[in-house]
Amino acid sequence: MRPRTHPLLLAFAGLVFVFLLGPLVIILGAALSDTSFLTFPPRGLTLHWFANVFQVEAFKRTMLTSFLLAIGGTALSMTIGIPAAYALARYRIVLPRALANLFVLPILIPEIVMGFSLMKSLAIGWGMPIVASLLIGHALLVLPYCVRVVGASLNAFDFSIEEAAVSLGCPRWRAFFIVVLPNVKPGIIAGFILAFITSLNDVSVSIFLTGPGVSTLPIQLLAHMEQFFDPTIASVSVLLMFVTVAVMAVVERTLGLTFLTK
Amino acid sequence: MSSRLRAWLLATPATLLVLVFLVLPVLATLATTFGDPKGPFAPYAAFFTSKFRMAVLWRTMEVAVTTTLISLVVGFATAWVVARAPRRIKSIMIIAAVFPLLTGVVVRSFAWLVILGKNGILNDALLRIGAISEPLSMLYTQGAVVVAMVYLFVPLMVLTLVGVLEAIPQDLTEAAASLGATPSATFRQVILPMAVPGLIVGAVLVFTGSFTSYATPQLLGGERQMMMGTFLYQRAMVMFDWVGASTIAAVMVVVTLATVLAMSHLARRLNPVAG
Repeated sequence: MRPRTHPLLLAFAGLVFVFLLGPLVIILGAALSDTSFLTFPPRGLTLHWFANVFQVEAFKRTMLTSFLLAIGGTALSMTIGIPAAYALARYRIVLPRALANLFVLPILIPEIVMGFSLMKSLAIGWGMPIVASLLIGHALLVLPYCVRVVGASLNAFDFSIEEAAVSLGCPRWRAFFIVVLPNVKPGIIAGFILAFITSLNDVSVSIFLTGPGVSTLPIQLLAHMEQFFDPTIASVSVLLMFVTVAVMAVVERTLGLTFLTK
Repeated sequence: MSSRLRAWLLATPATLLVLVFLVLPVLATLATTFGDPKGPFAPYAAFFTSKFRMAVLWRTMEVAVTTTLISLVVGFATAWVVARAPRRIKSIMIIAAVFPLLTGVVVRSFAWLVILGKNGILNDALLRIGAISEPLSMLYTQGAVVVAMVYLFVPLMVLTLVGVLEAIPQDLTEAAASLGATPSATFRQVILPMAVPGLIVGAVLVFTGSFTSYATPQLLGGERQMMMGTFLYQRAMVMFDWVGASTIAAVMVVVTLATVLAMSHLARRLNPVAG
């Protein structure tokens, strides 16, 4: 028997959800309006502004950059994050405790400080090309997701299965690929997709690392917003919301969205 | 191969990535502030005696604290409802909270630009119903920044607290009730103390997130409502004052780390289960 929740509290929560979703609905409406300015409710419906997104060269280019950067940065981070997560879960006793904390450092250090420091050291001090420092910046940014989400799956994995494979003559590296990895696949997919969306939406690190000729979509949007105020931005925002929906669908199918409340 | 060696080999690439490309650059930034020809603490003296810089720091504190307090109250009440909702409704509510959370900060701040702008939706609506005769200037005020920040962080708070509230065993509240505790006594003496560690985690996330934010104060606060994040960017990329920017960075690191440490200490002391 659960006691009933007070109706006033229910109404309040309802208002909170209107507050949370309303602004996003407004963007959707503004993107569909056939006026040349942002308005809600839309007056007359058109998909013109979505077509316009792909006519603005800067949006097309940065969209591709952001997408490739998010895939590349996450792949890089996963490649080195999965072995680290495995080592932390499998050999917990032999590794220093602080190591787990080291891998979440990118969350602890303010992103904007990270972006500024990376710009100063990597881009200017060490003369790294823009693309390389962006890639490293984003790999760092998402490392905590890779290590933590995959780590959560690994902690639930029974390593005696791996030991069984090894004792039956399977080489260790092969046992890792055919026994361990398939068992933590949901964690890897969910971690990848959460890291991907984090990288795709990043502003604070990218704002320092983008440079002449190379920019990311959020940075381009930010610059565009300060000059123009037309429904094209709303359309790009809606396209980004579609990506969010796809990400949520993947997380729901792998670890379940309630994973995010843990 | 010993397991110690194997463990280290596997963990080395990630360790190096963080040490070389994060720890080293951040330490270099901090070191910059002590290498000033005018003396090791000169940049800090300049920071803490400048009226303008202190105003930025206080404004940032004010916005972050206000955002945290509002998010705590709104988030707790909402999480309470979500945690007790029937299964199906609960999952819809969680979807509704995750969706904005995973939508980028630029998109979410842009929404408030559209709502609060001079020709924005709110002014439009107020004009139409005749509540005002001239559009209000709501953008570039502290209020606009706080509203957008609360919008940014409430989903995070809700999701954090739903997990915490669900972890409180039903038996405990039932035991309290069967021993004669009124619902409000149960809430104050059982639920609230159990939720405190979660509230602290949520508060730390929201405070550090809003204290160090960049995009939202940039879009909704502008020059007039400069905050630490936008101030750091302006010093570094507009004025090319790297020592000044590094000093702002150092202050941000110290404030966030001190908050995290103080709050996790507090959480340990207040934890009724561990204590």
